[in-house]
Amino acid sequence: MRVRIKFSKTGCLKFIGHLDVMRFFQKAIRRAELPVSLSEGYSPHMLMSFAAPLGVGKTSSGEYFDLDLKEEIPEEEILERLNAQMVPGMHAESCVRIGITKAEKCMTLVNAADYTVSFRKGSVMLPDPKQLQEKLNSFLSAPSVIVLRKTKRSEAETDILPWIYEMNVTELDDRTLADHPQGTDAERTAFHMLLSAGSVSNLKPELVMNAFSEFAGFDLSALSLLIHRNDIYTNIGTAENRELVPLDRVSRIQMDRT
Amino acid sequence: MRRLALSDEILLSIDKPARYIGNEVNAVDKSASPELGKMIRFCMCFPDVYEIGMSHLGIQILYDMFNKREDVWCERVYSPWPDLDKVMREKKIPLFALESQEPVRSFDFLGITIQYEMCYTNILQILDLSGIALHAEDRGEEDPIVIGGGPCTYNPEPIAEFFDLFYIGEGEVAYDELFDLYQEKKRTGMSRRDFLLRASRIEGIYVPQFYRASYHEDGTLASFGPTEEGVPAKVRKRIVMDFNEVSYPDAPIVPYLQATQDRVVLEIQRGCIRGCRFCQAGMIYRPLREKNVERLKRQAEVMLKNTGYDEISLSSLSSSDYSELNELLTFLIRICNDKGINISLPSLRIDAFSLDVMSKVQDVKKSSLTFAAEAGSQRMRDVINKGITEEDILGGALEAFRGGWNKVKLYFMLGLPGEKEEDVRDIAHLCEKVAECYYDNIPKEERTGKVSITASSSFFVPKPFTPFQWARMDREQEFLDKAHMVKDEVRSMLNQKSIRYTYHDAYISVLEGVFARGDRRVAQAIEKAYRKGAVFDAWTEYFDEERWQESFRECGIDPYFYTARERDTSELLPWDFLDCQVSRDFLIREWKRAKEGAVTPNCRQRCSGCGCRVYNGGVCYESQD
Ligand code: SF4
Ligand code: SF4
Repeated sequence: MRVRIKFSKTGCLKFIGHLDVMRFFQKAIRRAELPVSLSEGYSPHMLMSFAAPLGVGKTSSGEYFDLDLKEEIPEEEILERLNAQMVPGMHAESCVRIGITKAEKCMTLVNAADYTVSFRKGSVMLPDPKQLQEKLNSFLSAPSVIVLRKTKRSEAETDILPWIYEMNVTELDDRTLADHPQGTDAERTAFHMLLSAGSVSNLKPELVMNAFSEFAGFDLSALSLLIHRNDIYTNIGTAENRELVPLDRVSRIQMDRT
Repeated sequence: MRRLALSDEILLSIDKPARYIGNEVNAVDKSASPELGKMIRFCMCFPDVYEIGMSHLGIQILYDMFNKREDVWCERVYSPWPDLDKVMREKKIPLFALESQEPVRSFDFLGITIQYEMCYTNILQILDLSGIALHAEDRGEEDPIVIGGGPCTYNPEPIAEFFDLFYIGEGEVAYDELFDLYQEKKRTGMSRRDFLLRASRIEGIYVPQFYRASYHEDGTLASFGPTEEGVPAKVRKRIVMDFNEVSYPDAPIVPYLQATQDRVVLEIQRGCIRGCRFCQAGMIYRPLREKNVERLKRQAEVMLKNTGYDEISLSSLSSSDYSELNELLTFLIRICNDKGINISLPSLRIDAFSLDVMSKVQDVKKSSLTFAAEAGSQRMRDVINKGITEEDILGGALEAFRGGWNKVKLYFMLGLPGEKEEDVRDIAHLCEKVAECYYDNIPKEERTGKVSITASSSFFVPKPFTPFQWARMDREQEFLDKAHMVKDEVRSMLNQKSIRYTYHDAYISVLEGVFARGDRRVAQAIEKAYRKGAVFDAWTEYFDEERWQESFRECGIDPYFYTARERDTSELLPWDFLDCQVSRDFLIREWKRAKEGAVTPNCRQRCSGCGCRVYNGGVCYESQD
C-alpha cells in the first residue's frame, strides 16, 4: 500500500536541511518498525518520495512524503507509531492511503503552496497596515513584476506576477505571536501568499517579498523574514479555473468524484 | 519552546547550523527534572567538529552511563567550526552545551576526550571560548573541573598544565568514585584544591599540578614526582574486567547531520592479542577481552531498533580474532538482510572466511579490500612484529581476485626503526607482486577491468608504552626522501599504471611525534601556536607549518630533541610515572627483539608475560595452544 504522510516542522528543526529531514524520516520509520517496501540491490533503500524541499530557516505545517508499505496497516496506526518516534518540532499530522500510479506521486502533484511571511521583531520598519495594503494593491495590479530569478543553471528575468495567486496583508493573532512556529518574536503585521509551486514555475516567497519591499520602498534584510509554509496544493481544476486542494485530500476528492 | 544559545541571525549565517542545536534523537534532556539543582552537570567534549565528534563510540558509552545516574546530567559540546568561532569571539558569546544550551563555564565538569595529538589546539579553543582559564592553576572555585581522557593521556605531559585532572584508563570504571567525591564536595563546601587532592588518591586519576619535573642540562628529564603528601608517585591505569556486564548504550544519540560514523557501532571486544611493536592501542588496551556473543546479538537488535540506522558496524582492533565471529556474523546477516540493513566489516583479515562473508554483505565490484601490510619487506615486518607474511597477502589477494574483487588498498609505514633502502623499495615490489598476481591468475575473459592498487604510507611516529618508545623518529626530509624513493620505484614497475601511491604530510607527523613523546615544556609552544591562530590542525586546510615552526623557535624548543633522538632505556621518560601494567621489562625485551628481527608470538599462541595477568581475566586466562 502507498500512504501519504503530512508533517510539520517547526522551532529549531528549521535548521535541519532537506536531505537531513529525509534521513531523519528514514530512521524514524525504521524505529517505528513499519513494514516498508525496499528497492532491490546491494544497498536497498526505502521507497519514499518527498513533495517539495523546504529551505533551511523555514518552518512548515504542511510538508508531505509518500511511502510504500508491503503490508496493510490502518492509517491511524501508522500515524501513531510514527509520532512515537518524533522529536520536539517534528510531528506527523495526517496519513492517508493514496493510489500507486506515477501521476499520483506527491512530487508530480505540487502546483501551489501558501505561506505566512512575518517579520523578526524589530528588524524592519513597515509602513502602517492601511498604507501597506494600498501599496500591495498597486503592486498586484501592475502590468508585470520583473525579477531576476536564479535557478541552478541560469539567471533569467521573469515576470512573477502570474505566479502570485493571492497575496494580502494580515495580522498575526495573539496565540501565533506568543508561540510563533519559528520560535522567535515577530511583528504583528504579516503577509499571506499563495504562490505557484512545483517543477515548472516554482516561486519562493522571499523573492516576492524582496520585489514588494523594493516597490513599496522599505528596507528588508534576508534575515528579517520568518517564512512559514502552511500547506502544499495540487490543482484539480484547469489552468484558468484553479481548484486547489491540499495534497492529503487529493485522493479523497478523487474518490468522491468517481 | 526551547531557546537556543545562538540567535537565528547567527545560525542562518554559518555553515551547518544543525551542529549547534542539539535536540537529536536519544539525546538526554533532564532540564525539567525537579532534582536538576542537585545534579552534577557534566559537559562531555570531543575537540573536533560535530560530525567527527558524534562518531566517537567512547563518548556515546560514557554519555549513556553518566546519564543513567540520577544525580548526573551529562551533555555534549564539540569544537565550533572556524566560521562560528569568529562570530563567537566578535560577539563575546560563551561556548555552550548542546542539550541545555547553557554556558560550559557554568558546569561542574568539562570532560575532554583526547583521541589524537593534532586536536591539542582545539582543546585550547574550547577552554578559551568557554571563558575558562587555559592554565589549571589560574582557575577559580567557580570554574568547571577540566578532565582529560583517551589514548593521548598515556603521555599527558605536553598538555598537562591545561587540565585539572586526567583519567588514565577506560572511562567505565572510576567515574562513580569521582562523582561521589564531587557530591561530597557540594555537600560540604570542600575547596577546589581539597577536591583535587582527594581525587588524586583515586586509582587512575592524575592531577598534574601536584607533580613537579626537573631536567638535566642536556634537556632530559632528571626527576618527576608528587609535591604533596598522599599524592601517589605512580598512577595506575584502570580498565574494565567484567567486560560482559559493562555499560553499553541501548539507544545511542542519532544526529541529524550525516556523521562520519553514520551507523550502529557494536563493540565486540577490547584489546588485541597481536602485539605489533609500533601499535599503542595494542599495548594500552591489553589484555584482550571479548564480549559474550549472546549479549552482542541482543545489543545489535536493540540498538538497530532504537536508532533506526540502516547500517551496523563491528568495532574492535582486530575483528578476525573474535572467537565467535562466525556465529555473530551469521546472526547479523540473518536479521539484517530482509530489513535492508548493511553490515560493514572493518579490520578483518583477508582470508577465505572473511571473503565469503564479505561477498554476502557488500557489492564485490564496488568495494575494495584492505591489507595493513605496514612494511614492504618480510625483514621489516618481523622487526615490527606484524604477523602477516607475503604469502598471506598474495594468497588473500588471489582468493579475492577469484571472487571478483579488483580493488586493493595497501597501508604502509615509512621510517620504521632499522629501515634500510631495500625495505623502502620493497613497498613498490609488493604492490607489483599483487598486480602480477591478478594478471597471472585471472584469465582475460574473467577480468572486470584493470586491477587497481592503492598504496599509501604514513610516517612512523613512536608512541609511549610501545617497544618503540625509545626509537629515533625520522626528520621530515628523511621521510620525504623515502616516499620519493617508493614513488620512483613504483614508476619503474611493469604494472605501474595499476598502482597509485600516496603519502601523508611529513611535518604533521613530526608534530605528532613531538606531542606524543614531549614533556611539560612543550605546552608553551602549543599555547603560542594557538595564540597565533592555530586551530583545527588535523584539517589540512587550516594547518600552517610555518606557524608551528615559529612557535617552537620563539619558545626555544627544539622539536627534534623529542623526535630525532634514540633514547637510552635508562632515560627517565615523561610518562614513566604512569603504570599501564605492560611492564617496562617487557617493553625493553621487545625493543631488543625488534633489533634482532625476532618475532614474538601473539597472546593466544603463547603468553609473553607482558604484565597484564594482574588484571585476572581476558585472554591471559584463556587456555593457550
Ligand atoms: S593487529 Fe597489530 S596493529 Fe592491529 S591493533 Fe593489534 S597490535 Fe595493533
Ligand atoms: S600477560 Fe600474556 S596473555 Fe596476557 S596480555 Fe600479556 S602477553 Fe598477552
